Amino acid sequence: MKVLLSWLKEFAPEIEGDPISLGERLSHLGLAVEEMSVLGEGLDGVVVGRILDLRPHPDAERIQLVDVDLGDGNATQICCGAFNMQVGDHVPVATIGSVLPDGLEISQRKLRGQLSNGMCCSPAELGLGDDHDGIMILPEDSDATSPGAPITEALGMQRDILWDLEVNANRPDAMSVSGVARDLAASLGIPFGYPEYEFVEGSTRLSDLSSVEIIDPTLCGRFAVRAALGVSIGESPRWMQNRLISLGMRPINNVVDVSNYVMLELGQPNHTYDLAKVPEGHLAIRRASEGEAITTLDGEERSLITEDGVIANIRGEAIGIAGVMGGLSTEISTSTTDVLVEVAWWDPPSISRTVKRLNLMSEASMRFRRGADYGDNIERALGRIGNLLTDGGAQIASGIEQDTGDLPSRESIKVRASKINGLLGVDLSAKDMKSHLESIGFEVSVKKGDLSVTIPTWRWDTITETDISEEVARMYGYENIRRSVPKGTAPGALTQYQKNRRRVREILVGAACDETMPMPFLAPGDLRSAGLAEEAISLTNPLVHEESLLRTSLLPGQLKVIAFNQSHRVEDLRFFEIGHVFLASSDGVLPDEREHLSVALVDVHVSEMVDLLYVLGNELALPNLQLASDELPGMHPGRAAEILVAGQSCGVIGEVDPRVLMSYGVNGRVSWLELNLGKVLSGPLGKKSYRSVSKYPSSDVDLAFDVPESVSSASILGCLRKAGSDLLQQVKLFDAYSGDAIEEGHRSLAYRLRFQADDRTLTDDEVAALRLKCIQLVEKKTEARLRL
Amino acid sequence: MSEYQKLIDGARGAAESSQNADELALARSKFLGKKSLLSDAKKGLGKLEEVERAAAGKELNEVLNLIEEVFEQREAALQEEAWNLQFESERLDLSERLETLRRGHLHLITQARDHLEDVFVGMGFTVAEGPEVETAWYNFEALNIPDWHPARGNFDTIFVNLGSPEEVMLRSHTSPVQVRTMENHQPPIYVVAPGRTFRTDSADATHLPAFNQIEGLVVDKGITMGDLAGTIDSFVQAFFGSEVKSRLRPSYFPFTEPSAEFDISRPDGSWLELGGCGMVHPNVLSNCGIDPEEWQGFAFGFGIDRLVAMRFQLDDIRELVVNDARFLRQF
Repeated sequence: MKVLLSWLKEFAPEIEGDPISLGERLSHLGLAVEEMSVLGEGLDGVVVGRILDLRPHPDAERIQLVDVDLGDGNATQICCGAFNMQVGDHVPVATIGSVLPDGLEISQRKLRGQLSNGMCCSPAELGLGDDHDGIMILPEDSDATSPGAPITEALGMQRDILWDLEVNANRPDAMSVSGVARDLAASLGIPFGYPEYEFVEGSTRLSDLSSVEIIDPTLCGRFAVRAALGVSIGESPRWMQNRLISLGMRPINNVVDVSNYVMLELGQPNHTYDLAKVPEGHLAIRRASEGEAITTLDGEERSLITEDGVIANIRGEAIGIAGVMGGLSTEISTSTTDVLVEVAWWDPPSISRTVKRLNLMSEASMRFRRGADYGDNIERALGRIGNLLTDGGAQIASGIEQDTGDLPSRESIKVRASKINGLLGVDLSAKDMKSHLESIGFEVSVKKGDLSVTIPTWRWDTITETDISEEVARMYGYENIRRSVPKGTAPGALTQYQKNRRRVREILVGAACDETMPMPFLAPGDLRSAGLAEEAISLTNPLVHEESLLRTSLLPGQLKVIAFNQSHRVEDLRFFEIGHVFLASSDGVLPDEREHLSVALVDVHVSEMVDLLYVLGNELALPNLQLASDELPGMHPGRAAEILVAGQSCGVIGEVDPRVLMSYGVNGRVSWLELNLGKVLSGPLGKKSYRSVSKYPSSDVDLAFDVPESVSSASILGCLRKAGSDLLQQVKLFDAYSGDAIEEGHRSLAYRLRFQADDRTLTDDEVAALRLKCIQLVEKKTEARLRL
Repeated sequence: MSEYQKLIDGARGAAESSQNADELALARSKFLGKKSLLSDAKKGLGKLEEVERAAAGKELNEVLNLIEEVFEQREAALQEEAWNLQFESERLDLSERLETLRRGHLHLITQARDHLEDVFVGMGFTVAEGPEVETAWYNFEALNIPDWHPARGNFDTIFVNLGSPEEVMLRSHTSPVQVRTMENHQPPIYVVAPGRTFRTDSADATHLPAFNQIEGLVVDKGITMGDLAGTIDSFVQAFFGSEVKSRLRPSYFPFTEPSAEFDISRPDGSWLELGGCGMVHPNVLSNCGIDPEEWQGFAFGFGIDRLVAMRFQLDDIRELVVNDARFLRQF
């Protein structure tokens, strides 16, 4: 909402102070200043020029030569790029030496050999709104527009301050100049009041011309009309146009402008009908029938549903969508003479739903959705419209026609001073609260330290004791509330899960992996290209097609990251990510959402990834971490395994299928680990317990086996550990070899076993017996054979 | 010159001319070994008269010690020489870095999130988390935002094709975690909830459709708006530095009443809007099964990405999701 200082002063004439501190005050009232500008400055040296002659530039097609009279009766030549003016027009001319509001300095210069002694200005160049289309043509209706007159006089412009305020959804009242003035006046402790809007009613009685009827009282709380007769459609006065432009609206004609002006001034949206196009001047308010059609002011034909409200004529035809947009059939046109003006109060939820469904946001609906004023302001707005239209030469029919429906309750509510003090942490008396509330129009009586509060009609959103507390706080000043800290704080801590997750990150960072955080959206086809199942949850309103699915795996996102980095020639790519994946769930409406960990190592042997997994497993004490080789989606068929923790499948490890890499444009090989971190960290973790370090000497034994491909190293290790029992202090694969001297399809795996007892030195015989036991168990349980 | 002096001089000469440990050992055995002159002299002592023996033995011992010392000194000198040779041959230019070892980097968002969590844990908070896909109940209704409410439009929600239309969505703020926390725990509650949030904002230099927020919630007996302002102030000082000030300005959120924006001071004296906050709306407490007459609370929230962008002066916030390793490795 934009407001002008001069306009605010019409409601609170005593507003004083520098614009910066007034702006601060508005911000502290909850009307945050987004922008402040000073109007009417930088226009010294801009004067009215009368166009004497227009002729083409001899050497430039897009420029014409303009002779203007700047008050001295002489022709001053200006080169101008606009062609919208005619001889005899009055236009603003920035003379040599003037500096325009945007900082442009006007000097004499030559354009393609022709002298230009100034500049003809568009409204935007003068700081008046956003209109860049052509030179501003001034009306010729007063002495002020005679050639040479300062433009500020010609336009009736005063130096003024314009604030652009951010108004929150709970402040329908502040969507108007008068509402902002009320708040500001209260804060400054100065009087606020509405001017008297005087006009004389004509002899024609409105009741002879028009009647209104609310058929659905839940839709409309009040509906009131007035009529202006004998209107001649034309331009509205310059001062009104100036204000509309300043507040961001484009002047249209003297009727529509009055309508908009009153909405901005009093916050009361209103609608004008060409009375001649409303049979018998009758308006009825009802819900639409399913599929009912109406062509709105913007020329669109719209289909309605039974939730929408309409204004219908006596024939039952919808001629407007309630509170949202008028119909084309009754639009004001240049031939309109009699105007019916409607001011109403609509049920905010009803308007909101229709606005949302039809996606029809307007200045009017924005105010209705927040809850317009349902009180005297309706009569005031009709009076102000009458007053302004009378000034334009219209006759106002006598009286108002109106009907009422369901209105919000105006019963007073009980407010406990102690509750407000307890909520805000202040110590105000009921009397203090009363005066704060009364300053912004609440009616308050104090009884036994508590307040009985009647909420003003312009604060539809304010209902409860808590709502009142905010009003007290606002007027008392948030900055005056004494700061404290909660007394009952217990020690804070991260959960074990959160600590472990940080640990995982630290380990991976220690392993030279960089953390990525791609967005969780996938394009259709991403999962298929990654060799994964295609089912994924889709978005209803994705921003782009490429981001329309929720990921079920971290693989596609990470492959895109790798491809991006490779395409930018970044080397040594080692990434990890911790993020959510989303799987379809049959349990409830929400997806099965899981926190996954993924690690991608580019161009390293996959055994490094396995080592990394075991480092994680040891650090987190994952119980019984095992790999089960398998063919897994998206993975190299011969280099992948399922990760088992405590016998349960928790993820995959291996190399990404080279065909998948190819479709993602990834070069080289990628080792991949994806773990259901949520499951792993939430499950029972083993404990790290102390085992004394033996003081006795140890004996090492090396065993090399000839191992067919079908036998895993893990199974051999299992046998060795079992046979070695507690005395096998350590076992390690130290060599893996295939080639000469090894049968095709077999490999040689060599293990170093270290035997050690806690209580004695093992004898050679004991070690020999253990060695034999290990060999026998391996050969018994697997097809591996000791190499001799 | 005595016989002994000759021997000593001879040993000295032999030691000096030995160029390595082997030569030295050889020379040593010549003078001190079993077949050496001195060894013979030692044996000859027995044949002497007792009176003479003591004096001769003493003299012999002195000679032996002297010669021993000669060889020890030479041995030490040879060793020193050998070390020096080795050191010289092993001289390296340590600036020849192969950079085979490096540490990875946590994402900037993680770093900021951890830092924020640590500050709040230090202030007595625990950290709560919730799902990123939510129902309308958690994202809106329980938070006092009914379906028709104009504020819903401010959230630019991304909906998910699950359930009935607009029933399931990517959470548009972290506030649903408040609701889940209150549904599952009776007060006192002191939690912060960091996490990813989503809106239909097209990615540009200052917007992302997926971004991160952190939300705080306190519900206890007698919690006041003064406590809110004080908690924000403590946090701001702990996170940004003790010279940074904070202030509250009236604002509006359906789930808090009174509501406020909170600003932090900049070195030039101007204010920067950081986030929103307020006293938890009684309807929200009731919706979560907490009696608003018995308990009061406050909530606050702000964006982590913006904070990170501000702190590191990122000129394009999209860096945070592009995952260019050259960006990630800077922090």
